[in-house]
This record gives sequence, structure tokens and C-alpha cells, in this order.
Amino acid sequence: MNNIIEITSLRKSYGGIKAVNNISFSVNAGEMFGLVGPDGAGKTTTIRILCGLVNQESGTVKILDKDLTRSRKEIQKNIGYLSQKFSLYGDLSVDENIEFFAEIHNVKDYSKRRDELLDFSRLKPFRNRTAEKLSGGMKQKLALVCSLIHEPKILFLDEPTTGVDPVSRRDFWKILSRLLKDGITIFMSTPYLDEAERCNRVALMNSGEIIALDTPQKVKGLMNQQIIEIVCSPVRIAYQTIKRNTALEVQMFGDRINVIVENYRTELPSIKKLLTENKVNIADERIIPPSLENVFIHLIKDAE
Amino acid sequence: MNSIEVKNLTKKFGSFTSVDNISFNVKQAEIFGFLGANGAGKSTTIRMLCGILEPTSGDATVGGYSVAKNPERVKQNIGYMSQRFSLYNDLAVGENLDFFGGVYGLSNEKLKERKKWVLKIANLEGKENLLTGSLPGGIKQRLALGAAVIHQPGIVFLDEPTSGVDPISRRNFWELINELSSKGTTIFVTTHYLEEAEFCNNIILIDAGKLIAEGNPKQLKSEYLKNSIYEIESDKVIEALELFEKQDFVVETSIFGNNIHISVEEKFNNLILINKICEENGITIKRINKIVPTLEDVFIHLLGSEKKS
Amino acid sequence: MNLNRTRAIAKKEFKHLFRDIRMLLILLLFPVFLLGIFGYAVNFDVHHIKIVVYDEENSEISREFISSLTKSTYFDLVGYITNDFQIKEILDKKKAQCVVVIPKDFSRKFYSGQEAKIQFLIDGVDGNSANIIQFYSTAATQSLNAKLTTEVLSKAGIKSFIPIDFRPIFWFNPDLKSTRFFIPGLIAMILIITAAVSVSLSLVREKERGTIEQINVSSIRSSELLIGKTLPYVLLALVNAAMILIAGYILFDVAIKGSYPLLFLSTLIFLIASTSIGILVSVISDSQQVAFSVATMITMLPSFILSGFVFPIESMPPIIQVITNITPAKFFINVLRAIILRGVGVFAIWDQLLYLILYASVLLGAAIIIYNKKETKS
Repeated sequence: MNNIIEITSLRKSYGGIKAVNNISFSVNAGEMFGLVGPDGAGKTTTIRILCGLVNQESGTVKILDKDLTRSRKEIQKNIGYLSQKFSLYGDLSVDENIEFFAEIHNVKDYSKRRDELLDFSRLKPFRNRTAEKLSGGMKQKLALVCSLIHEPKILFLDEPTTGVDPVSRRDFWKILSRLLKDGITIFMSTPYLDEAERCNRVALMNSGEIIALDTPQKVKGLMNQQIIEIVCSPVRIAYQTIKRNTALEVQMFGDRINVIVENYRTELPSIKKLLTENKVNIADERIIPPSLENVFIHLIKDAE
Repeated sequence: MNSIEVKNLTKKFGSFTSVDNISFNVKQAEIFGFLGANGAGKSTTIRMLCGILEPTSGDATVGGYSVAKNPERVKQNIGYMSQRFSLYNDLAVGENLDFFGGVYGLSNEKLKERKKWVLKIANLEGKENLLTGSLPGGIKQRLALGAAVIHQPGIVFLDEPTSGVDPISRRNFWELINELSSKGTTIFVTTHYLEEAEFCNNIILIDAGKLIAEGNPKQLKSEYLKNSIYEIESDKVIEALELFEKQDFVVETSIFGNNIHISVEEKFNNLILINKICEENGITIKRINKIVPTLEDVFIHLLGSEKKS
Repeated sequence: MNLNRTRAIAKKEFKHLFRDIRMLLILLLFPVFLLGIFGYAVNFDVHHIKIVVYDEENSEISREFISSLTKSTYFDLVGYITNDFQIKEILDKKKAQCVVVIPKDFSRKFYSGQEAKIQFLIDGVDGNSANIIQFYSTAATQSLNAKLTTEVLSKAGIKSFIPIDFRPIFWFNPDLKSTRFFIPGLIAMILIITAAVSVSLSLVREKERGTIEQINVSSIRSSELLIGKTLPYVLLALVNAAMILIAGYILFDVAIKGSYPLLFLSTLIFLIASTSIGILVSVISDSQQVAFSVATMITMLPSFILSGFVFPIESMPPIIQVITNITPAKFFINVLRAIILRGVGVFAIWDQLLYLILYASVLLGAAIIIYNKKETKS
């Protein structure tokens, strides 16, 4: 049985709002599954249902071949959860926090595992520091360690790197890839589409519904146009020039614009001419494969 | 004309120095980016500039008033939007605006006028009675920004305003910031989305309380990053990352989607060596090219090697 | 139920408690502080009542009478007046609470076998004090009456004979020290408030901070969580109870007449009921402010007004008497008074204990069930 999580016709509403609107999909054992979408798309609600924190309205969830509604506590023995908000005990030390979670999960002889985890997350030198005194990146690592102490088979991460600086994010990902190698299944929601690229499969979620689900490659394939990336300045002028004077879809990224074309050979010269005419300096240009972010913006725009 | 002038600003908490003797200037109507890791001293600095935390030494003039000597006058001319809290979730949209307008002392007519403006920029015209807590994140952020500038301050401080917001809403939000700036408001913003930092006119980077880089995005990329950046697309991303980290010729590594960026000595261009190393370790390279560095490359380059904890 | 997990929760709770010094000090010292206030300041005994005397006669007997009044600590003589008009002024301006008027012909009337009157003009505004003044003055007058009668009779050669000597002896509380009466009620009130409030706060704090989610995702059961969480506060409350009793003994001479083990057991049962109230409050509260307000309100008011702490239940209207059963403090106070002041054994209080046990089990059971239901609601 390869499907470690199976979701069928899941629904959940709050008041009149359909937070999760009839979604169905499965997650394979050992994969890194990414759930992406804007705020309010229903990602957090979905994860909370899967963790057994919230009851669904209708639909079934099977985790590790057991029905979630019936065997919630048993399933919870085998899963770990990292919430969006920091939810560890600030006045307890790193060691004490881990000890507490080990004990409530009834882990016997956890010291060895604790030491291993502290080593591998590089938190060992801080083991006696109280959690509130850790930096943001370290807090996330501690939260991750606490969710792993009972050797869960599935890890649910709700936007684990939001608000974390790029360097700590990089370190966090190294840890995640180690975990995958150890065979853990990771289900994570993220607003960072570049992180979603690293998942085995990714689901794009919007307004409670799944609008695309496949490997990042195949999702990107949903967009058969090409993308020209032009590093230029001033970016805003470039963006507006293309927007106002052509029917092309253009996306703005910091110091560059991405223009979506059918055929770059025919379109590029006219685009460059247009930009230069409008006093835009072009520093660099190249064809790039569409990133998930390009596709995401494209699909959402299509849906509107 | 400088909106903000910071001179030797320092803050100590007991023996711990949170902000260490930093100095910089922010021009009027500039979009100023303030970058750094969590715990580097960003929030402390902002709190001092807003007049809600007293500096240990040094001073700053914000809108012409000294934060150390005249914090109350400073507060009157600024707006502040924080990631942690901006609006009351259990109040309606209109009620939140009434509240903030009242707190900033707006007259009834002025408040009416400004409320209209905020509702327009947040796309909430006619939706005053919606509960704030029910709004999606992107719209809430725009509303929060509107509330923060409802009294038309000369300077507005934004603390990670787009954290957790989806890419489309983030772009819309930055369009708004640009609009404000073009009308003369000085914007002081912190963010972890370094591609957003590219929209800033000027940036400073702070680490462990100290200022370690400053300049506009172009300057940062050219002055602080003398190295070349290569983008490598491979089939085993993390393995490749760890492999390159071990190489002597690689100064710093980072990860972007499924690509790795390695920064190498400026003169280095031995692609054959790179290919060989990857082959030897069972990694297939799909694409490798030199790229124009992004701010994220600069950031990781400057902070990465120190961040071993 | 897994004891390891319960112990983990209790252990953590202790750590939180000991690391929050301010909270700890409040929880430990506040009860003793309250005891001091009640003991010293709040006192239904009335002493040093100011009286003013209008002695028209100024005879040996009148002077003797006055001195018998002022000899005790009950009355303080603050002045003499010499005419009628001053009486109103004295009472209006509260210079004294009572004016004693001894008429000109007092002795003459007395010795000639006629009825002699002494007038006590009492400020009735404070009904309580007024009653007591009346009681004391009547007693004093009876005393004088008896004494003078004996004198007169013996002068006439007849031995006096007082048919009924009415002298109440107050069992268990001879000098009617109200403090003794208070201590059990005080213990009950303090225990129920601190137990309910501290438990509700600790549960809601986890909700507010979001740490409750991690606990909910683990395999821990609600019963383990709730029992683990309440254990430290039960222990703390027991320490409080002991401290109050010790303080009561040192400061107010209240000694425990009955069995210590029985006292301990009853207190434990009562604490289980009290902490269950705290659990129920936490289920309906989303913030610590709400938890604190609700917990304080539903424990303080009933335990003060309805439990028999201050106002005797027997003198309440029947329907209110039925309502008094909603607070476990009522049964506990009966048990405490029985053990501390009367020193009786189980046989005298088995029914109150039974009520308490029933109360505690129902509350705890309900708390666990409702908590379970609410856990996965939203």
C-alpha cells in the first residue's frame, strides 16, 4: 500500500465560508508533498484536519491505512506536527521542551535520540537555554526536533519557514532532506513557491479547492508558453510598458520582469525595442523555464 | 532632505548589546529596506525609531524630532504596521478604521475622506461591515497599511508586512507602497522576501546589531559581492548543495527552487571541474550558467558563513 | 490511563509554577494575608462602644452602675452630659453610640420599692452593634438588679433566692470568638477560589499560546492531561490549607480538635471538586481574562454568601436553602467545623462527606467529558 494518506471528498466550512471544498488526493509514502496557495486558500485547515485537531464536515481521511475519525489517537502516535505559530514552552529550556514531548508521547529511553536530534539540528550548544531566548531560526529547529522525538512516520509542517531569514531557511531544508532519506513522509504547506519546487509533488490550492496537482515539472508543463526573463531598470516602467502596449502577460520580480510569450524568437526583438524606446535599460535577458511561481500566478489569473 | 537620521544608535539590555552603534540616513520619499536575520536587532531598531524604546546611547531624528528627547512628537508624525498585530479581528472593517482614525485625532470630515481612500486601496468599497478576521490575508494587509497611514504621516514603518502573503497579493501590496512613496511618504520596511528588497531605493543589512552593508540594490550586488554566481540545475538538489559546500573554490552556497547558487572567486570559470565533481558523485547537471546575482545571493553571502548556529 | 504521560504533564506544570515567582508568591501568601485581614479587622465582636452618661442623680449607686459598665472592654465612657438637649447632639454627631440616662429619683424609687428606670438611648443605625449594645446593657442591668435586690433583701433579713440562673455557656467557643467561627469558612473560600482560578488559568494559557495544539496532536488522553494539570494545584492548595491552619493556630488560637487524617482526606475531596470547576471554566474561556473573571465569580460569591461562611443557612428562606447546595463549599464548611471546632469523627459527618464525594465525581466526570467534546470541535 503506497498511499500513506488518502483524502476523499473532504469538506469543512466556517460560518458560510467553504474553507475546504471537496478535495480528494493521496500522498505516497516517503514523498515530500507541498501544498501551496494564498492566504485563506484552506491550507492550514487541511493540515489541521489531517492532524486530527479539527473535525471535518464530511469526507474521509485515511492515514496509515486507518480511518482518522475512528483511530485518531492511534494515528497521532505516528505523526508529528509543526504549527505556524511557535507553540513550545518559552520558560522551559531546549532540553526540557524535548523531554516533555518525549514523555507525553511515551517514548522510553529518549536521551540517545534527543542527543542525536540536537546534534543534527546544531542546537546542542544551546541545550540549556530557555526557548524564548532562541532566535527565530533556532526556535523553528527546536519545534522540528520536538515533533520528531517520537520517530513519527509522517511529518506535517504548516508554513515552517515563514518569517525565517534565507540563511536559516537553507539550513532547515538540509534537515528536511535528511529526514526524507530516513524514509519519513513530509506534508508541508508553504507560501514560498521556490520551496514548492523541491517537493516530489505539489498541489496548488485556492479558495478551498485544488487547482493543480502533480510533480513540479508537470505542473509547470501546464503552461506551454515560454518565459523571457529581462533584468532591467527601472523595473516598474518596464512592467507597465509591456502591460500597456502589448497583450502579453508580464510579471514583475524585484529587479527583473518575466514576459510570457508563445515564441521567444519572434517576440523578443520587438519587446526589447519597446523597452529601449521607453528608456528602460536592459542588463540581461534569457529564456527561463517557467517557475512554479510563474505558473501559479498564471493559473490564478486564469481563474479570475 | 533626510527624513530619518540615525547617529551611533545603540541599545543594550543588561550586558547584551542588541543594536551596536549604527548610523545611516533615509531620504524623504525613499523606500528604504532594512534587512537582517531574526534576532539581528531589526525590531529593536524600529522600536527606537518609533519612539517607543529608549536608546542606551546615540540618537536618531525622525521627521525632525529626536527619538531620545522628544519621542512623543516623533510618534505624531509616523505610521507603523507590524506583522504581529495590526487590526482587531473582531471588529468590522469600518470600525477598525474609525478606531485608528480616532486614535490619530482625525476630525470627522477628515476621517470620512480618509476612510474612503483606505477602502478603495484595499478593494473593500461598500464592504465596511465585513468582519476583519474573515478577510483573506492579502486584503487584510492592504487594509492594515491603509490604517497605518490613515493620518497621512510623513514616514511609515512596515515590519515584515507581506509575511505569509501569496505572491500576487505581495505584488499588489508593493504597488501600493510605490504609490505612497511617489506621493512623498517615506517608507521604512523590513522583509525576508529579498526579491521585494529589490524594489527599495536604498538598503541596509544588519547582523548581530551591527551594520554590515548599505547601498542601493545595484551597489550591494556589485560592491559586496565580488564573486561570480553560478546557477546549477541538477537532479539531486540537496546532495549537490552539500557536495559544493565542501569544495574549496566555493565561497558560499544557497538554494533557489530546484537550483543551487554557488558563489566562487571572481576569476573562477572552470565549468569542467564542476561537471567532473558532480559526475564523480552521481549527480547529473541539467543546466549551469553564470547569472546576475540577486539580493538573496548577496544576503546569504554576507550572512551565510557566520550563521553556523 | 498512562501514568507516565500524566506525570510528564504534572512535572512540566510544576516547572512553570516555580519559574513564575510572582505567581507562586501570590498563591502562597495571599491566603495567609486574607486570614490576617479577616481575623484582625473583620470582627463581629463589638468592643469599645462609646457611651456618654447623663447622670442626673450622681449617687453612690448610679456611680457604681456606671463603673460596672465601663469596667469591661465593651463600653468606653467618653463623656458626661448635663442636660437633655445634648443627647440629640451626641447621637447625631456620632460622638457616642449610646447615651445612658440615670434619672434624678432613681435610688429613691428603688429603695421605696417602686420601679426605677434607667434609660439607654442607642443609635440604631448599625443594627448589629445596636443589638449587641442592648444585650450587654441588659445583662449589666440584670447584674445590678440582682446585686441590689440581694442587698435590700438581706437588709430586711431575707436570704435572696434567684429561681433560675440563666447563664449560657457557649460550647466549643466559650468567648464566642468570631474568629474561630471564621476559620473553616475562610479555608473553604480560599481553597475553592485559588484551586478553580489557578487550574482554569493554566489550561487557558496553553490555549492562548497555542501550545495546546502540540498536546492535542500527541497521543495523550484528555483524562491524563486534565489530571496531570490539576495535580500541582491540588498540592499547592493543600499547602495553603496547612498554612492557614498553622497561622490560625498561632494568631488566633484555633486548634484542631479532630482527626488530622480525616481533615486531610476531606480537603482532598473538596479540592478535586474545586479543580473540576476550574476545568469547566477553561472549556468555555478563550482568554485568561475571561477565565479569571468567570472562575472568581462563580466560586467567590456562592462560597461567601451561600455556604454558611458568614450568613447562617438556617435563617435563609427555604428556596435559597435549596440553592445553597450548588456550592461544594457548603458541605466542606460543615465538615471543617465539625473536625476543627468540634473534634467529631466520621459518624457525625458521613452524610456531608458523601455529598462532597458525589459532587466531586460528578463535576470531574462532566469536566472530562465536556473537555473531550470541545477538543475537536473547532
